[in-house]
Amino acid sequence: MSDTVVTPALAGATRLPEPGPLPNRLQLTDDGQLRHLLTIEGLNRDLLIEILDTAESFANMNEKAVKKVPLLRGKTIVNLFFEASTRTRTTFELAAKRLSADVLNINISTSSAVKGESLLDTLRNLEAMNVDMFVVRHEESGTAHFIARHAAPGISVLNAGDGRHAHPTQALLDMFTIRRHKGDFTKLKVAIVGDILHSRVARSQIHALNILQTGEVRVVAPCSLLPADVDQLGVHVYNDLDAGLKDVDVIIMLRLQRERMEHAHLPSEHEYYQLFGLTSRRLQLAHPTCLVMHPGPANRGVEIESAVADGPHSVILQQVTYGISVRQAVMSMVMGAHQS
Amino acid sequence: MSVLIENVRIIDPADDYDEVGALCLQGAEILARGQVPDGFEPRRRIDGTGLWVFPGLIDLSARMREPGEEHKATIASETLAAARGGITSVVIPPDTDPPIDSPAEIELIARRARQACGVRVYTLGALTQRLEGQQLAEMAALQQAGARGVSNAHKPLSSLLVLRRALEYATTFGLTTVLPAQDLSLTGSGCMHEGAVSTRLGLSGIPEAAETAALGAILALVEQTGARVHVARLSTRRGAEMIAKARAEGLPISADVAAHQLFLTEVDVAEFDPNGHVIPPLRAQRDRDGLREAVARGDISAICSDHQPHEADAKLGPFASTEPGISALETLLPLTLRLVEDGLLSLGDALARVTSGPAEILGFEQGRLGAGARADFVLYDPAALQEVRQLDWLSSGRNSPFFGWTFSGQVRETWVAGRPAWTQPTKGNTE
Repeated sequence: MSDTVVTPALAGATRLPEPGPLPNRLQLTDDGQLRHLLTIEGLNRDLLIEILDTAESFANMNEKAVKKVPLLRGKTIVNLFFEASTRTRTTFELAAKRLSADVLNINISTSSAVKGESLLDTLRNLEAMNVDMFVVRHEESGTAHFIARHAAPGISVLNAGDGRHAHPTQALLDMFTIRRHKGDFTKLKVAIVGDILHSRVARSQIHALNILQTGEVRVVAPCSLLPADVDQLGVHVYNDLDAGLKDVDVIIMLRLQRERMEHAHLPSEHEYYQLFGLTSRRLQLAHPTCLVMHPGPANRGVEIESAVADGPHSVILQQVTYGISVRQAVMSMVMGAHQS
Repeated sequence: MSVLIENVRIIDPADDYDEVGALCLQGAEILARGQVPDGFEPRRRIDGTGLWVFPGLIDLSARMREPGEEHKATIASETLAAARGGITSVVIPPDTDPPIDSPAEIELIARRARQACGVRVYTLGALTQRLEGQQLAEMAALQQAGARGVSNAHKPLSSLLVLRRALEYATTFGLTTVLPAQDLSLTGSGCMHEGAVSTRLGLSGIPEAAETAALGAILALVEQTGARVHVARLSTRRGAEMIAKARAEGLPISADVAAHQLFLTEVDVAEFDPNGHVIPPLRAQRDRDGLREAVARGDISAICSDHQPHEADAKLGPFASTEPGISALETLLPLTLRLVEDGLLSLGDALARVTSGPAEILGFEQGRLGAGARADFVLYDPAALQEVRQLDWLSSGRNSPFFGWTFSGQVRETWVAGRPAWTQPTKGNTE
């Protein structure tokens, strides 16, 4: 389970460019502790492993009869969701409650936000209620950065998904899942399959996998669903699913949103499933002990066959379970950084 | 009034003049350049020792937000900022509110300009009515009212056929058509350059082809119609190469670039800095270098500010929902002269890109200092140092990515029509 051996990247794998100082200036304290969690990019390996280790201790606790600890008693956490979410919001809520925090769920449809107060006004009003942490989801990339930049000192911001940019806790729970099942990242081949272009999950996963020195990170998609210069994120690009799945240890399937047909990214769900759907037959191309993951909600028959989603390789439901522990870990760490 | 500026280095790129001597003004005009004419009895003498004088800058694109968006800026506030930046003539694009599609708006702007600090304010008329891209605007009336050219700003034309007819009609009156090269369908919801940085930030990208595809169509129609076209705000290396080739073939086409495009790149958008949000977007390093080369060669013959002042709220939000644009009047001259320090081009050539170059594009008389020219000029102290600071910023728009930058040299005085429009306050003598 431990992952402390540092090995160089496999020859030929593109590594991340040196992360700039800025993301960390915002999300880390001067002594390197996590103050906000906005993006995985730029975090160092030790910090990522610390988060995963902390999550591990919460996971053990979550398997016991009494799951609640008083770590964040008296703290108020606001789930500020400008975009619909079930899984992420409920697991954040549960994580906060298991840490004994008070939780406020605020769902704001963007249309009413446009009519009424600005994002900053919303923020200021909530700050006036003396909250300690914002968990933010918004359809626009950079919103968590924006809020972190303008929030009062002492308030932590956790990014629960901003546009196409980042979804760091999802990536962390995915890393947690992989580590629990596979251990050492340096020996792994991981394929991320589907709509990379629009996926904040994929971006955060790619950063996390590279920071953890994963042997090989692949993305598999038609060219119309790949962002420009995606290889510069440190991935190998495949346009053919069969080739991309060859011998991989982990397959991460991404959700295909139906509106992609309307904007001419794809001709039809039917053709997409024929070419990029994960079926039992294709799964056999991967390593025999391959994990199948999906951030949910899965479109059965569009990107994944039901038999695979529910099959022995699938860890999709465990991802949800682990999501609580990982979010507990992040929440306790950012509040700890503020108190120190 | 007659004025003599003595012992000053006179740089007049219109005819490659660069000598230390005297500049004599009579009323609103230059009486003599170099030697003092016999019998000239100036009412005022200025010692220009150690100073430079060069023509006032002509800025081909500065939005002053009036009429319609006075909460952002006004002609009064922005002409003062222009004067401080050594700019003596500005051109306002037609996308005011209401747009400049009738003589009424041109007259309103002229009236406001007369009440301001003296900087000359010009307009581009709308190419189509209400800038809707369908029916042609009354270009002859606009020209008679004073419009220096016609443009549809960043608003789309409904088809290439409308563009063709508009070019033909504008040619009837010898009007230059000013067109940004931007295909709006390829731009889509894009808010920054499409490339590695947009991929990393998860922001919608604007591909290079949004510029080059539009430019291809423009060049084809210039070739077809023979119309005189000025391409506004190039942003790509490839676009600059297309312009160079078209000029070499003798097409009646010119181009400009915004000064910030010669210094900033997509990297300046990270991490979601709204001051890096401009249209066309800041592009890759190789684009910036390509634009610089085109400026040095003269294929891009004008550098403009592309001034777009905003109120603070317009830049407060997640990146894509902030309004694009930089408040840039006060940094046009410092950035242009920085190109000289960078070894890209000579002082004369750099000044040509902001004086005689733009003058030629829209047919202005000013932009030179020879005898009989308009007395629009900058008295400049090359030894001064200035830091770009919010504290003494004059534009109402505080949206500049250049705060904190330090430049050598400073405008001492800006004169328009033989009268000072701006004088740099000396220490202990703030105006």
